[in-house]
Amino acid sequence: MNALDVDRLSIQFHTDRGVLQAVDRVSFSVAAGRTLAIVGESGCGKSATALAILGLLADNAEVLGGIRLAGAPLTPEAQRSARGRELAMIFQEPMTSLNPAFTVGEQVAEALRLHEGLSPRDAMARAIAMLERVRIPDAARRAKQYAHQLSGGMRQRVMIAIALACKPKLLIADEPTTALDVTVQAQILALLDELKRETGTAVVLITHDLGVVQDHADDVVVMYAGRVAEKASAAKLFAMPQHPYTIGLLGAAPRLDSKRARLASIEGTVPDLRNPPPGCRFAPRCPFAIAACEITPPLVELAPGHFAACIRAPLDVVLAA
Amino acid sequence: MWLFLLRRLGQVIPTLLILSVMVFALQQLMPGDPALILAGEERGDPVVLAQIRAELLLDRPLAEQYLSWIWRVLHGDFGFSWRIHMPVGDLILTKLPVTFQLALMSFVIGVLIGVPCGVLSAVWRDRPIDWVINGIALFGISMPNFWLGIMMILFFSVDLGWLPPSGYVPLWEDPWMSLQTTIMPAFVLGTGVASVLMRHTRAAMLGALSQDYVRTARAKGLGERLVVGKHALRNALIPVVTLGTIEFGRLMAGAVLTEQIFSIPGFGKLVVDAVFNRDYPVVQGVVLATALIFVMLSLVADMLYMAINPRLRTA
Repeated sequence: MNALDVDRLSIQFHTDRGVLQAVDRVSFSVAAGRTLAIVGESGCGKSATALAILGLLADNAEVLGGIRLAGAPLTPEAQRSARGRELAMIFQEPMTSLNPAFTVGEQVAEALRLHEGLSPRDAMARAIAMLERVRIPDAARRAKQYAHQLSGGMRQRVMIAIALACKPKLLIADEPTTALDVTVQAQILALLDELKRETGTAVVLITHDLGVVQDHADDVVVMYAGRVAEKASAAKLFAMPQHPYTIGLLGAAPRLDSKRARLASIEGTVPDLRNPPPGCRFAPRCPFAIAACEITPPLVELAPGHFAACIRAPLDVVLAA
Repeated sequence: MWLFLLRRLGQVIPTLLILSVMVFALQQLMPGDPALILAGEERGDPVVLAQIRAELLLDRPLAEQYLSWIWRVLHGDFGFSWRIHMPVGDLILTKLPVTFQLALMSFVIGVLIGVPCGVLSAVWRDRPIDWVINGIALFGISMPNFWLGIMMILFFSVDLGWLPPSGYVPLWEDPWMSLQTTIMPAFVLGTGVASVLMRHTRAAMLGALSQDYVRTARAKGLGERLVVGKHALRNALIPVVTLGTIEFGRLMAGAVLTEQIFSIPGFGKLVVDAVFNRDYPVVQGVVLATALIFVMLSLVADMLYMAINPRLRTA
């Protein structure tokens, strides 16, 4: 059984300036102990998807479709009781995600007291153990400190400790290292991998960094303008990308071993989701677009486990012609 | 922390000195001659007037008058009331408990109404309850205290006969009667405090509720009650506590009109009577004493701010 199944998830935001279709029929699954990366540009709907799974979207959001956690449907009530217990999340901004008015130890212990009914003392002891587990040196002393006394990397470790304190089935990490220095990024991601192996937690890793995806993800969902563009195992996606958007992303990712002086970029800008283009949403920016792209392309399985939403895929056929 | 405290105390002394000069100077600008008022029937006799002026040092240069006054103040002697014939220090001490009781009651009423209303209206932002609370707060801020006081006297004392319309009974003489005489003025003053605190609590709560740590608290699985009442409120109250302390200082500085309407013999009434009678030592003494209280309370506000804000405490 999968830890998480997302089935045709759609999210609309009702704003003053009209309805914004942030996510459009997105489906994916994550098995226990695996990492699924959701990749895309800002505004492609990856964070909205994550918040929808936790049930933490703003009041003006409307969510359609099914989400199942370990097979059980996640209704709003189920989300409420699962949050912090089976379902945990860490955020992009470790600087602001911790409460400045409480010690970090208290913040880790709080979840344990709530979900496991521990006494304040036992909860604090477990919290300190948890801080040790996320490799915070001198954890007992650090537990008595406040967020502002810790570095960004340390704060993100505390966030991970909070998230994993109650051994969740699913951990969603929304750009967990974007705000951190490169060296710290690597440490945090390595820590997440290690804890995932120890606990068997499924991880949804949201990122725009393809380097991170290559090193840490088992499977990948590429999103563009609220839709799935391509879905495959990480190995297949990097070896044989099929959607022109994925190819563009890979071309735009800086590589240390590349001899090209200039970075490739994708022409044009992300469409306005209040008024998206008809058919394939990437077509206006796509070098391979043809007239038929004005019809919404279905997500087609090109090879076992490898899906792409492009009528021109597989592109090697197009390029060969 | 101690260094900060010492530095702040260092600022208090020049503040009070400057204020004492201003109080002294302001009185000289007031029309009217205290000697004429004190002479009463004998105001036509230049010998009597000269004698009074000599007694009160009014015939000396201003600088000398000021220095002799401030010198005695520094030794704890606030002088002697020209009219009531009591040491000003004693006069202040007899009025202080009255004003303190009224200020404390008003403050408690203000906090009990203002803070919960601010939280409610932030949580239910742009909903009917928010509009209602904001409307009442606007009313509370705009309404003159003397008008609300008169209306309350008319309604609760004249029409219903529930409460005495004016006067004051000390708490230690008859606690129940004391509460009856102070509840209306305390409510009048408290509504003003409540309105100010409500608006600041609302703004601070709205700020706190939009913070990332609130999202973290929700992601942790905490219920709304804990998210709002613990994680958001704890941060929102940091500025509100400071503001509340200053509000308390304003209440201690006397409520001139409210005390006048309800005939409460506190600082406000004392200073008004003294001004009308050109009782300079009393005016100077009361203003200086309230200034001292106010400055001390703002010092307390700073200390509280440091005590409840971990970022300052350990920085």
